[in-house]
Amino acid sequence: MTITAGKKKEKLDRLAELAGRDDERGVSLWKEAFRRLRRNPAAIIGAVILAIFVLVALIGPFLVPYSPTDTIGIREGLIRPGTIPGADGDHWLGYDHQGRDEFSRLIVGARQTLLVGVVSTLIGLAVGAVIGGVAGAAAGLGGRWGRAIDNALMRVIDMMLALPSLLLAVSIAALLGASLTTVMIAVGVVSVPVFARLLRGSMISQANSDYVLAATSLGVKKPKIALSHVVPNSLAPVIVQATLTLATAIIEAAALSFLGLGNPDTAVPEWGVMLADAQQYLGIRPGLAIYPAVAIIITALGFTLLGEAMREALDPKLRK
Amino acid sequence: MALLDVDDLSVTFARRGQRTVHAVDGVSFSVDAGEVVGLVGESGCGKSVTSLAIMGLLPKQPGTRVGGKAVFDGTDLLQLDDRSRRDIRGRDVAMIFQDPLSSLNPVIPIGLQVTEVLARHRGMKGAAAEKEAAALLDRVGIPDPTRRLKEYPHQLSGGMRQRALIAMAVACRPRLLIADEPTTALDVTIQAQILELLKELVRDSGTALVMITHDLGVVAGMCDTINVLYAGRVVETARRRPLFREPRHPYTVGLLGSVPRLDAGRGERLTPIPGSVRDVLPWPDGCAFAPRCSRRVDACVGEPPALVLAHDGRSYRCVNPAPLPGMTPAEEIRGAVPTDATPGSVPAQAVPNDPPAVPGLGPAPREEDARD
Repeated sequence: MTITAGKKKEKLDRLAELAGRDDERGVSLWKEAFRRLRRNPAAIIGAVILAIFVLVALIGPFLVPYSPTDTIGIREGLIRPGTIPGADGDHWLGYDHQGRDEFSRLIVGARQTLLVGVVSTLIGLAVGAVIGGVAGAAAGLGGRWGRAIDNALMRVIDMMLALPSLLLAVSIAALLGASLTTVMIAVGVVSVPVFARLLRGSMISQANSDYVLAATSLGVKKPKIALSHVVPNSLAPVIVQATLTLATAIIEAAALSFLGLGNPDTAVPEWGVMLADAQQYLGIRPGLAIYPAVAIIITALGFTLLGEAMREALDPKLRK
Repeated sequence: MALLDVDDLSVTFARRGQRTVHAVDGVSFSVDAGEVVGLVGESGCGKSVTSLAIMGLLPKQPGTRVGGKAVFDGTDLLQLDDRSRRDIRGRDVAMIFQDPLSSLNPVIPIGLQVTEVLARHRGMKGAAAEKEAAALLDRVGIPDPTRRLKEYPHQLSGGMRQRALIAMAVACRPRLLIADEPTTALDVTIQAQILELLKELVRDSGTALVMITHDLGVVAGMCDTINVLYAGRVVETARRRPLFREPRHPYTVGLLGSVPRLDAGRGERLTPIPGSVRDVLPWPDGCAFAPRCSRRVDACVGEPPALVLAHDGRSYRCVNPAPLPGMTPAEEIRGAVPTDATPGSVPAQAVPNDPPAVPGLGPAPREEDARD
């Protein structure tokens, strides 16, 4: 019942849209996908979570009630061996093991998490897209030499894929020495093979499509076909993957911090570090581990919900 | 000399561990400027592969071999290097594909796809290119072309999309147009419109058109000369009217018999061709159509039937062709001369019951079988 009503509504909406459109431009794939995204509750929930997360990361540090590095608890003598006081009226989530305000640290930590997640995903996306793009163009359009280039690139990617991602990240972090940049590079490198493989596969399947054949039959040159026909049609899965990678990047960055390979600057709170610190006090105050863990989970969930919804919205098979 | 002369074209696909497939096996036909030539046959007879081979669009894979010649205006298209082939494609020779939706890039507006061709071959850019693109869309009958230029393929109807593709194909006024089942994905009314459009383009610009189709209705309305393909070989060539009036090859007879007709009696049943296109005999072992043929005789099996040049420039590849109405077998033999006997000569029209020649016939399309 509700389904048919929803369908009817959608039809009406579309008609209204068509009638109201003043037809300056066509409806592109992306606009169409965005329209469908707006109708998907999962996408809305994901987007709201992410909006809150980004907002907190951007302006949270200016609004927090306490400095995240101020050891109030110790100063006031609240922290004694074996006790970490929980929430009170002023400190909503209590203190951490050094007597700092847990809530403030959680809020300020969002910025670092967002930064690492976005930058490392961008690193992975950029490097992966270049490798995948070259390999895909070479394999799809380049003849025998193209296949050789593709083969060489893909074997490198295969080697990267063969290593467990966390192990790879840990090795890179250990090699380069602990720093914020290292975390970003390490987490970014891990996602390179995923992007490369995805874009290459997508491009190869597009290179066999009818419109590429049609463009070829009209004499359009290969580089032009690759750039203006194949790549734009191959990007959708890559963008979806980028959203999903943001979630894993956040988790991986937290894991690196947890292992002590994160940002050595302890003045900046970070969810992974908070989690790592909390494990010694699990018996006394499990909350200290639960809060950052929940924060990580919710953020990752937000990216995943949005990413999955985008996958559906961009899937031509589901389009109507 | 014809505009396009396809001579003994063959395409084979070899794969390790599998039998080599002769998709096209010594196909020859020619197309004059302003002429519409049909390649007809059911799925798998090699008609699409023929067109892709002429365009040089077959995927370059080890094991794919293209032989023979396809001489377009003095140059053999099959011998061209990639670069000059790309220059010719879209400018002198263009192609229209079967499925207009998948042949258009879904993520960029129609306008860009049309101007791309203009930029490539006519060096047009910016506003000039856009103006020309709008003019092209207008020419192929798309209403409100300036608005349509900004739209995406999924916003156009099926007929519009095919019109847009045709616009792209004729953007540089090619001298040869190959249409591979251009109306198969469209419904009947749109089909008629698109065919009308193609006819108009041919008439107005003198473009030669190779029409690839399985639809005899399309052939009847469009083509001047028709080549019927079966299992990679041309089995019958004739001008349109003789072919429909008195088909000689049993396969052509079968094709015509399986088309519903308005003038057939009520309750009359269609006569399908038994079997499927997979039931072929390899050509070297005899006539590929023999396993499905109702006129099969002993001579069909053993060696491939030679191409027979009949009166009127017709030719067929059959040892026991369907008789002409009102003609005794003896007379027929006089009328038909095997190619080996008098290669290249069209026999005099000595047979009394000969159907009158269709006025305005061009040079007879001739075919020689180099293999036999």
